[in-house]
Parts: sequence; C-alpha cells; structure tokens
Amino acid sequence: MRKKNILSLLVVGFLALVFNFSFAQENADQEAGEPIDEKEEVKEEIEEAVDLNLLDSHYFTLFSDEEANKHYGFALPVIIYDEGVKIFSAAEFDHGNKVVEKDGKHYVYHNSKIYSTDASGELIIGDNGFPTNKKPLDFSITRNVFVTIITAILIFFVFVSMAKTYKTQQLPKGIGRILEPMIVFVRDDIAKESIGPKYYKYVNFLLTIFFLILFLNLFGLVPFGANVTGSITVTVVLALLTFFVTQFAGNKNYWKHIFWFPDVHPIVKIILIPIEILGMLTKPFSLMIRLFANMTAGQVMGMSFIGFIFIFKTWVAGVGFFGFSIFIGVLGLVVAFLQAYIFTLLSALYIAAAVEEEHTSEEDTEELPIV
Amino acid sequence: MDIPNMVGAGLIVIGAGIGLGMIGKAAMEGIARQPEASNKIQTAMIIIAALLEGIGFAALILA
Repeated sequence: MRKKNILSLLVVGFLALVFNFSFAQENADQEAGEPIDEKEEVKEEIEEAVDLNLLDSHYFTLFSDEEANKHYGFALPVIIYDEGVKIFSAAEFDHGNKVVEKDGKHYVYHNSKIYSTDASGELIIGDNGFPTNKKPLDFSITRNVFVTIITAILIFFVFVSMAKTYKTQQLPKGIGRILEPMIVFVRDDIAKESIGPKYYKYVNFLLTIFFLILFLNLFGLVPFGANVTGSITVTVVLALLTFFVTQFAGNKNYWKHIFWFPDVHPIVKIILIPIEILGMLTKPFSLMIRLFANMTAGQVMGMSFIGFIFIFKTWVAGVGFFGFSIFIGVLGLVVAFLQAYIFTLLSALYIAAAVEEEHTSEEDTEELPIV
Repeated sequence: MDIPNMVGAGLIVIGAGIGLGMIGKAAMEGIARQPEASNKIQTAMIIIAALLEGIGFAALILA
C-alpha cells in the first residue's frame, strides 16, 4: 500500500515536471510563431517571456496570445493609497491599454507598475528608460501575494489536519507521512544540534520559516506557479523576521559582545563596536541575497535552456536542450529543498549565537590541550 | 551588460568555483579519513558553501 502511494506520488511529480516544460514550450512556441524576422525577434520574445515569469504582476496570466493581444487568466485586486485608499480590479487597466480614473485622479499601468498621470494617460520617460511619473503607494494583491496567501492557507490546513491525526493514532496519514520526518529533522538536526538546551522556544519559528520557504520554492516549479522566493521583497521580509527573532532572543552576553567586547583594550573595543553592528546587519542581508539569487538563477537557467531550442531551431538542439532543461528542473527541485534547509540552518545558528551562555576565560583555558 | 561587468562576473565565478572546489576537496578528504564523522563534516561543508555562495551572489548582483 505504501509502495503504491510513493509510486503514484513519483508519477504525479514526473507528470507535473513534463507538463511544466511542455507547457513552457507551447507558450514560447506561440510567441515565437512568427518566422519572418529571425533571431533578434526570437531573442527579444524569449527575454519577454523570461521577464513575464520572473517579475510580479497584477494579473494572474495563465498564457497569452501575443498576435491577437489576448491574455487568458484573471485580474487581481488593486489596492493603492494616494490621499485615501482606493480599491478596484486590475481588469480596469486592460493590461495597460486604458487609463483608470478614481476620485478625480488618473492612473496608468506600465510594465507591471502603477503610475499617476493626467487624463491623457501620458507617461514621461526619463533618461534611464523608466517613467518619471509619481507612483502611488501600492498594496495590491499581486500574483506573488496571491500565491503566498494560497500557500499559507494550504500549509495551515495540511498541518492542522496532520496534528489532528495524532489524537487518535501514532502514525499520521497521507502527506503527513512525508512531513513528519521533515519536522523531526528540523527539530532534532537543525534546532537541537545548533541551539542547544534552549532550542524548544525557537522550534516553531524555524518550522514555519522552513515550510514556508519550501512550499513557496516548490510552487515556483509547478505550472502556473509564481516565482515568489525569487522576488527580493519576499526574501527581505523573511530575512528581517530572522533578524528580529535573533535580536529579541539575544541575552546579556550577546549584547555585551556587540557593544563592549570583553577582554580587549578599550581602544580596540571602540573600533570593534561598528564592526560588530555591521556584522549584525550583514547576516540577514546575506540570507536575503542567497535565497533570492538562487531561486532567480534557477528560473533563468531553466527558461534560457528552453529559449535555446527556439534560437537554434534544429532537432539536435531541440532534443539536447529539452534534456538539459529537465536536468535543470530536477536540480531546481534539489535546490528548493537545499535553500529551505540552509535558510533555516543559518537562522538557527544566528539564534544560537544570540542565546549562547558566557564562556568564561577560565573554562577556555581548561579546554586547551597542554602542549 | 557591458564588457567590464562581464569580466567582473567571470572573475567572480572563477573565484567562487575555486572556493567551492577547495571546500569540497577538504570535505572529501575528511570523510575519507573519518567516515564515521561524515554527517558532521557534511553539515559544516554545507554551511561554509552557503556562506561563500552568499558572497558570490552578492558580488554578481552588484556587478
């Protein structure tokens, strides 16, 4: 019975992978359908397709037909603050073709961003190629936000239903059988190993961050998924969470090591203060960059291998790069797990550094081997 | 992306590659000498590789 379950899971996973690529191919096929002006145009269209996959948007576009200028999907709600909160559907923008008027103010949609404008809908393009128009504060439910909310709800239901099964039986059912070893792994091998005796307080934070990143990473790999963890705003928030948890977990000893490093000369102490504060800030920064860059790089690599097929347009390249893109997809699956693990592990290590008890100098000398 | 940026990106990748290779080599040697410590060595290896990768990516984004 159990073997069957694993087998069916593998089959579903494989199908999802194949569907992902065949869909992406179809999509690019549609866009590269015009064989009039060769390579440059294809390249531009591939770039556009990559951007469409990487960037956030106010539409949940499933696929689009460039020639007929038709987009299949649904619009998401726009919430902007510009002297008062305004809520309307992004469908009113009609993918940037229309100017929207709300309470005497005009807005226009350009490259996935909302700009204030006048009645004519004119955009003033600056020297750097970006419009210089003012931007209203944008709190919209964009594609990334939408996928994050869906993921959060999914995680909530999966884990609540899993927790309920423990009331009646020892073993969880269904997907819980995969998740249980992961939870035990995070608790024992990440939290207990690195934080030490006071680990239990931080297990829930580490579990939350692990499964959120893991699920978001995996959502980036399935068809119609959004590249949420490949967006720097999301990783900033995740890194800030770790930063604040670390600061609030910090005990007397931790702050002492930052502001008044023990056992060194006073002048060195003053030099060390800015360095320690900088070190405090670079830790979450590196967490942020690592997750963002890894997920983006994975997406770009997969997309560019599919793009090569349309640049070369021979059957050898087609078969070869199709194989390569499957390889990158499998690698992406490994990276999805690895990045969730690394983010959690490093968070645990930073917390561990904050809650560590003082090592007195006598203890240190005791541990030193006698030469 | 102009030429200095490309050269910079190439240099970063060379540096990161050498660093990762050295970490991998040291970890392999460690595991070969003490197979019973392989779990601990692997964890430490992944941490250091992640730190190095972070620096590499930060530089690549700035390039």
